[in-house]
Amino acid sequence: MESAVANEDAARNAHNPASQGGSATPRISIAVDDTRRTRTLNVKAAVDNLSFYYGQHRALKNLTIPIAERQVTALIGPSGCGKSTFLRCFNRMHDLQPDTRYEGSITLHPDNLNLIGAGVDPIEVRMRIGMVFQKPNPFPKSVFENVAYGLRLRGLRSRAALAEEVEKALRGSALWDEVKDRLQDSALALSGGQMQRLCIARALATTPEILLFDEPTSALDPIATAKIEELISTLRDQVTVLIVTHNMQQAARVSDYTAFMYLGELIEFDEAAKIFTNPAKKATEDYITGRYG
Amino acid sequence: MSASGAAAYLNSEQLRRGLSRRKVLDKVFVLVGLIVMLACLAVLAILFIDLVRDGASRFGWDFFTNFASRRAERAGILAAWVGTSLIMLVTATCAVPVGVAAAIYLEEYAPKNWFTAVIEINVTNLAGVPSIVYGLLALGLFVYQFDLGQSIAAAGLTLALLILPIVIVATREAIRSVPKAIREAAYGLGATRWEVTKDHVLPYSTGGILTGMILGLSRAIGETAPIITIGALSFIAFLPQSPVQSEFPFVSFAWLKDPFTAMPIQMFNWVSRPDQAFQANAAAAGAILLGMTLIMNALAIWIRYRFRKKINW
Repeated sequence: MESAVANEDAARNAHNPASQGGSATPRISIAVDDTRRTRTLNVKAAVDNLSFYYGQHRALKNLTIPIAERQVTALIGPSGCGKSTFLRCFNRMHDLQPDTRYEGSITLHPDNLNLIGAGVDPIEVRMRIGMVFQKPNPFPKSVFENVAYGLRLRGLRSRAALAEEVEKALRGSALWDEVKDRLQDSALALSGGQMQRLCIARALATTPEILLFDEPTSALDPIATAKIEELISTLRDQVTVLIVTHNMQQAARVSDYTAFMYLGELIEFDEAAKIFTNPAKKATEDYITGRYG
Repeated sequence: MSASGAAAYLNSEQLRRGLSRRKVLDKVFVLVGLIVMLACLAVLAILFIDLVRDGASRFGWDFFTNFASRRAERAGILAAWVGTSLIMLVTATCAVPVGVAAAIYLEEYAPKNWFTAVIEINVTNLAGVPSIVYGLLALGLFVYQFDLGQSIAAAGLTLALLILPIVIVATREAIRSVPKAIREAAYGLGATRWEVTKDHVLPYSTGGILTGMILGLSRAIGETAPIITIGALSFIAFLPQSPVQSEFPFVSFAWLKDPFTAMPIQMFNWVSRPDQAFQANAAAAGAILLGMTLIMNALAIWIRYRFRKKINW
């Protein structure tokens, strides 16, 4: 009911009508930085009418959201609203569970690949879209091997090339200076925040097109959280970021676009600045002002 | 509790009295547990000491290097321990790959449906089948049908069947202890199921798998019934052919077809002799067999400890 309206609103706000139609990459408008000047961006992934089922249970209902290229899009909402479920559609994590089903489409641009299409190999999808999980989950191997694993899967064998890529990824996740002398030590000896940045490096090393974050700081202390948030802000320059968070301040700090979800439906999607200062929907306002959730 | 309900506990005097009573119960349980455990250990210790004392006169280098003999003081366990070692080798090389592969399939690949549920129940049930039944099966299948004869290969395969369920159950347990988050991390990077299994699940559960293998072997080493059934010889005065040869191809598998005896068979043979002198031999062999089992179990514990220290989820 209300959500249907919201979806239309969201779609109208987000899509630049001029570039609809054809296989050209859709565009999206956003007012970034303090100047509030609107600029137009490419859409990296267009979620269209996405529904998701666990068996008979419909966990996601007709979501339509454009994900802007090289921007941070945050998903917020109370526990159980389906934001993690939504995130996991992007790298087909649900395929590991039996009896799950997707409907609708998530079109990856520029090559127009429907990520949840029946003929698309989930492994190919996961090789193009990286993920960082809620709890830091490094492999019980050395720091180096953790970052190198994705590259090894992609057939990189040369020691020199591996070392170079690992260093690049660790620098990219602001971890290099802390671990450069202990690359061969076990990753399990790192602190929680370092482990999470290692997991980011592990995903970054494979140069994903989209990087998914599933509540990446919920198991971390405030200082480690601040470092991760800073890192996510800098990642914007190289990769499209999609982040699930239950922390609204975090969403306000790191995201360019924000989607508010409730009970598997999209309530509101807009520029983060607008959502957090002047939301269109009452439900969104109630949530961000802490009236429920 | 008391009529006044929770209010009674507001009185600190009563609260303390109630607490001390609960603590006494706590201590009683610890005490009972300790007594029961020590009683079990004591029985094992007495048995072991008794065997060592009875067999004390027979321990020595000769006991290990002599064949069985009609004269008790010259009889040794050479054929028995060589036979047992070779049988264990065959058992391990057959049971471990098959058992681990079966466990991986059931845990990582098999869909959850009634068919796999039936398999699972049967695997668990197989662990409880009396060993003599395995012996009968092996007599029909390995000895006659496959024409392996009363050989080391037949005995090794029989015991491999016997410990297969143990290996499968232990391996599944070990595989299941690898956290889901680790699998997801690997899948998230684009690994296939086999890559997740070989790069992560198997390496991280090696400790548990080795432990299960050793526990299985330490059960197999003492099994008597099935190898009597398939026809182990109780008196043997020669060794199986050497697996190493001086000429090409340097290894030989002829020993697989050789007749054999094993430690428990040798013991059984000596115990059933009327001559009192052989009882000492039996006790000595028993102590050695028990020692072998204890060493294997200690090894299993040590391996588990090593791996737990290395991988701490």
